[in-house]
Amino acid sequence: MTAPTIEATGLTKRFGNFTALDHLELKLEGAKCVGFLGPNGAGKTTTLKMLTDMIFPTAGECFINGISVQAERKVALADAGVLIESPEIYPSLTPRQALQMIADLRGLPARDTKGRIDEVLSEVKMADWADKRVGRFSKGMKQRINIAAALVHDPDVVILDEPATGLDPRGMAEVRDIVRGLKKRNRLIFMSSHILQEVVDVCDEVALIDKGKLLFYDTLANVTSKFAGGNPTIDVGLARPLGSESALQDIGALPGVTSCTLLEPKRIRLRFNGGPDGREQLLASLVELRIGVTSLSEPVSALEEIYLKQIEKGD
Amino acid sequence: MAAHEASAVAKLPTAPRTRLQVPGSVNQVLKLTRAQFGEYLSSRRFVILVGIVIAIGGILTAVVAYFRSSLVSSSSLAFYGSLWGGAAGFVIVLAAVFFGGDAIAGEFQNKTGYFLMGLPIRRSVVYVGKYIAALLASLCVLFLFLVILLANGAYYYGGNALPWQLLPSVLLAVVYLFAVLGTTFLFSSLFKTSAYGFVLTAILFLFGFTLLQDLVQGLVKMEPWMVISYASSAIGEVFAPTVNWGLGGTIVSTRIPTGPGRFDTVTSYTSGVAEGLAIMLAYFLITGVVGLLLFEKEEFA
Repeated sequence: MTAPTIEATGLTKRFGNFTALDHLELKLEGAKCVGFLGPNGAGKTTTLKMLTDMIFPTAGECFINGISVQAERKVALADAGVLIESPEIYPSLTPRQALQMIADLRGLPARDTKGRIDEVLSEVKMADWADKRVGRFSKGMKQRINIAAALVHDPDVVILDEPATGLDPRGMAEVRDIVRGLKKRNRLIFMSSHILQEVVDVCDEVALIDKGKLLFYDTLANVTSKFAGGNPTIDVGLARPLGSESALQDIGALPGVTSCTLLEPKRIRLRFNGGPDGREQLLASLVELRIGVTSLSEPVSALEEIYLKQIEKGD
Repeated sequence: MAAHEASAVAKLPTAPRTRLQVPGSVNQVLKLTRAQFGEYLSSRRFVILVGIVIAIGGILTAVVAYFRSSLVSSSSLAFYGSLWGGAAGFVIVLAAVFFGGDAIAGEFQNKTGYFLMGLPIRRSVVYVGKYIAALLASLCVLFLFLVILLANGAYYYGGNALPWQLLPSVLLAVVYLFAVLGTTFLFSSLFKTSAYGFVLTAILFLFGFTLLQDLVQGLVKMEPWMVISYASSAIGEVFAPTVNWGLGGTIVSTRIPTGPGRFDTVTSYTSGVAEGLAIMLAYFLITGVVGLLLFEKEEFA
């Protein structure tokens, strides 16, 4: 099976005199999650809507798995799961009926449909509400059903426009779990978000857009390295407070670590030049130090800093 | 964190990775129609419309019972001609406004369209699926009205006293429903706000077209063949003692006194059955094609 792809070539959208998107060139390939960042009005949703043929490009073209969305919408969208603009579901339908309709229209075999609907409803924690009318649901509950609708056919490519909109913190965490699960099953996820923590937590790569122009597209590690003016920054979470100064020195002496700062009793920030491959070794070395490592992540603040810097530069 | 991830992964779907065969467009229209029809039947507006039709049927039943001596003494032909021929057009317009007025505009305003637009379906599938669902829901209401009249007719004339003219009249009413619904869908696809679509179609069908028809025939002295409401007179024309089955309208000129020794001539038209049918079909085809083209070009911006 070939790797899933999303591609935009020369993608441009003008609304009258306003250019919402300006010659976007972007190719996403393989099983990963790509975060799509940008301020309000940057062109994120416009891009996603053109990728799904909800609006039409002024110039350029979009491809999903190599198939032109504009020329062959039906074939291109067959293997894509889409959630754009937090849609409303017909209020008199139950989640089961709504998902049945989606499954029918997508051509899910009848023998698989019931089981599949039960699985996705369970995945978005809505199994108990499967036969209640959607009209009475909260915004967050509807959003869960929308996510289930995007996943009901187990697509190769998943396009999500701010999927955590309207969800409570637990719901947001569950969305992240779902995205992580999709990554493990070799799916390509393209996800716009305002929540930088979400991007840092689940995305492998990040694309930043502002005023309709792509500012950069790279791995999170490369982005922090390139734009933060040095080596990538990594935050290490600990289960217990770091015991001594010598432990900090031990960490600082690990291969690839160029600096080490204790931010909080249970959080250390490292500068690391070992590259993406060296991170596995770094994690193993930290575990060997028996300091109670619980997580290794790109710091939100680094991405936030870069985000703001790049947007300001555009202004 | 690791344990949390493990539990999430354990619950992940296990569907096999076989590429799905997306159904053909006709098949998708049928599936969407079924879902939309179910949505219409369980909607509040359907209940309200059924209530209105029952009320209209109830009023007619009461009027017939009250004026029993004059109405019932005439033939069953006159009975159905007066009640079905006179009121079916109004019921059709009411149903079309209820189900078609905001059918497309509502998809934008309520954002329900976004639920469908990310699917591998042609836009025309959504348009046609919704149209057929609205048509079926409207037919339910129209036939409810017919059943009320048939019950009255059976009570006064017996079950075997159905005039043969009722069948072509009902068929004409169904074609009229096709046309009116097509027109409401077209108007609805011009807007992205439900209220605009609903109000415009309500005003046009309840007053606008009738007014235009009166103006054309009264002031321009011309047969208003271009107005859709004019075609509805064919539904009642079938019951006339001398039926005009042709493509030309029947002209009726009446001299009315406007002062001492002064008269004015008022000209009115009734469409021939074939003419009414042709107008209905023309409206259905033209509004259907234009509405579909508009929706194909509409952006979910």
